[in-house]
Amino acid sequence: MSFLFDSVGMPQILGLSAFLFSIGLYGLFTRRGIIAILMCVELMLNAVNLNLIGFDRLYVHDGGGQVMALFSIAVAAAELAVGLALTIRLFRLRFTTNADEADTIREFKDFRD
Amino acid sequence: MEILFYIFALVSIVGALGMVLSHNIVHSALYLVLCFIGLALTYFSISAPFLGAVQLMVYSGAVAILIVMAIMMVRRTDMSVSSPTQSLIKRFVGAGMAALFFVLMGLSIALTPLGAGESALPATEAADLAGLLLSRFALPFELVAILLLAAMLGALLLARGGDES
Repeated sequence: MSFLFDSVGMPQILGLSAFLFSIGLYGLFTRRGIIAILMCVELMLNAVNLNLIGFDRLYVHDGGGQVMALFSIAVAAAELAVGLALTIRLFRLRFTTNADEADTIREFKDFRD
Repeated sequence: MEILFYIFALVSIVGALGMVLSHNIVHSALYLVLCFIGLALTYFSISAPFLGAVQLMVYSGAVAILIVMAIMMVRRTDMSVSSPTQSLIKRFVGAGMAALFFVLMGLSIALTPLGAGESALPATEAADLAGLLLSRFALPFELVAILLLAAMLGALLLARGGDES
């Protein structure tokens, strides 16, 4: 248990990041609702951001990693906005938000109505 | 500062676990906000204050409101079981794969010789990041601006429904 009381180093940050990413991966596999899946994707992106910021703060020190994390946050926000808009559109068309019920791309005429 | 890092890490882990395990999707969203706040405090504790502030504003502010609004716009009959999961066997397989991923990542972290980083340097100020954004990363900065504009217009068009009467 001695490693718990050392100063915060890269292994602790990487461990936290890997654990959060694994939780997000579990949610991604087990949820059926699209909104819940998008929330798990956001959690995984946050875990990766923690990696970028940790490497920049502890090793590189020139701020490039933090700028990269900023870009990652912007791209994640854009992805979430488009994903939620698609979810609302799917709900209007099919009255469901479950990812495994949106599989009838063959019945295009029914899909339009 | 070390003990603070562990407290904030615990907050974010509790939020993430609650988000994944909750059956009510509104509770999931609120646990996700808790997780984002814990991560923002973690950024503060490793002295990246601007990223912590951005995390607080963008994730636990804007993204959380976006998710809750989307949940409200989608009609559900019973909120207490509003976040359906896969069958039990699929959940076991998912847990096994996530645990396998975590074990592999942990092994690679433990086996990689990481040098002792220097965390005692002065914190990265917002002015440093602004200088980087407008000089070295100017082109990606403009591209991200275009991407955000396109995503905003695309989300509006998709959610509004295009040319339907």
